[in-house]
Amino acid sequence: MCCESNHSTTIKQPDVLFSTSALRILAAILCIWLLIPVSMAETPKSDSVIRLATTTSTDSSGLLKHLIPSYQSETNDIVHVIAVGTGKALRLLREGDVDVVLVHARSAEERLIQEGYGVNRKDVMYNDFVIVGPRHDPAQIRANPNAAQALRQIMMGKHAFISRGDDSGTHKKETSLWKQLGLTPVGRWYREAGQGMGRVLQMASELDAYTLTDRGTWLAYLAKSPLEILVQGDQHLFNPYGIIAVNPQKYPDANYKGANRFIRWITSLKGQQMIGRFAINGKQLFIPMAMTQRAQVSEP
Amino acid sequence: MESLREASWNALVLLFTGDTELWTIVAISFSVSLRAILMATPFALCVAFALSHLHFPGRKFLISLFNTLLALPAVIVGLTVYMLLSRNGPLGDWKLLFTQTAMIIGQFILCFPLLVAVSHSAFKAADQRVWESARTLGAKPWQAMLTLMYEVRFGLLAAILAGFGRVIAEVGSSMMVGGNIANYTRNIPTAIALETSKGAFAQGIALGLVLLLAALLLNIFLSFFQEKGGTPQ
Repeated sequence: MCCESNHSTTIKQPDVLFSTSALRILAAILCIWLLIPVSMAETPKSDSVIRLATTTSTDSSGLLKHLIPSYQSETNDIVHVIAVGTGKALRLLREGDVDVVLVHARSAEERLIQEGYGVNRKDVMYNDFVIVGPRHDPAQIRANPNAAQALRQIMMGKHAFISRGDDSGTHKKETSLWKQLGLTPVGRWYREAGQGMGRVLQMASELDAYTLTDRGTWLAYLAKSPLEILVQGDQHLFNPYGIIAVNPQKYPDANYKGANRFIRWITSLKGQQMIGRFAINGKQLFIPMAMTQRAQVSEP
Repeated sequence: MESLREASWNALVLLFTGDTELWTIVAISFSVSLRAILMATPFALCVAFALSHLHFPGRKFLISLFNTLLALPAVIVGLTVYMLLSRNGPLGDWKLLFTQTAMIIGQFILCFPLLVAVSHSAFKAADQRVWESARTLGAKPWQAMLTLMYEVRFGLLAAILAGFGRVIAEVGSSMMVGGNIANYTRNIPTAIALETSKGAFAQGIALGLVLLLAALLLNIFLSFFQEKGGTPQ
């Protein structure tokens, strides 16, 4: 190592070293180190930050990127979007780590409100789930009007099926369909991925497998996938999105006011129209439902 | 599905057309990781020095501990920091979850054992006469420590670079405690994870290229310094 060649120099003139290089380096490190708190103070003030936990479907479809800049320009709020599965999002609200959640799991949402962790729940929009699978459809479920029966056929034929397996809204829906059938899916054909919707669609594409997906993510992902929609339109596949604010009595220091501002905005005429206008390749992804009459009109 | 060649090409286009979103992610990544490493380095060097030159009970155990912690998975660090900072956790009042500070804490913990272990071996490898002569010539212990640090500066630099390499590329802890918030806590690794999950491979590869480029620059920087240090022979 280079140090060995240097040590003789050091021994001859240690004072020079103390006074110059070593000290200068130390001073430089100290200066930078002392500057750090200044740069850390630049993080936004907490009363203008709204922490929104949401499902991967609203984020990766691009809906929030479409809505939030417009909301931020109208108010002084900054919205921090944390995209996780619905189960995790509800948990974040329950523990006071976020101020508002936008999720899709009606019964879990209601349970949270009953337990007193969330308030001011509003319906925001809906779309539906679809079962997608390989074009040649080995389980022959195409156009089956009953989603649960389609799943049964996949199970009977032991055709590959990818499950989210992550306690997300989509996973909760899938579980409820199996429960409806009274069946427990097990075996090599049934693969629990434990990943987000986009990743699961990729896996299904690669493995020529079936999967249950929300229409929003599917439309956003469509162009990259050889799969096709095989089952849709079953009333059990209805997929409503709700928004819930943190309970200020449980977490007084949460940004409850900001959460309510955001809820009011997203359920307002402006917010609802923006949701209705959001489309990928000319296809509308979500149908606004905060104003029921309007929702009826725009139903396809 | 776009081919690898296509994705790489699109990635280069994204990089050199000044895609602001991409460069914001890069800036966040570097600012967070640099701050983490700068904060960890002074402490880690002192600990490493103490482990190599002071004799106290439990020293051997501490050395083994730091060596073991080298294998610490980033997700475990993430989970621990998450549970500490969650509003229901012991440090919940600090309101740090899903902030850059939380990411810095996670990365600090991740790089600390690496910094200690590598710089400890650098101190060990140093010629012990440096310390002794400096002391004999009347240097105070802290002055002698600085002299020794100066002697092994390349070893210490290597430790810092290794630590930086670990934190700039880790996804588990940043994703968990940062929350991957756009324009705030989305850094290169979490963005790659997100873009891949969306099937946007070009973005992912572009970010990967930036990461590699940064690693390359750092290594060139290091070898430049080592050559410079070698010339007085």
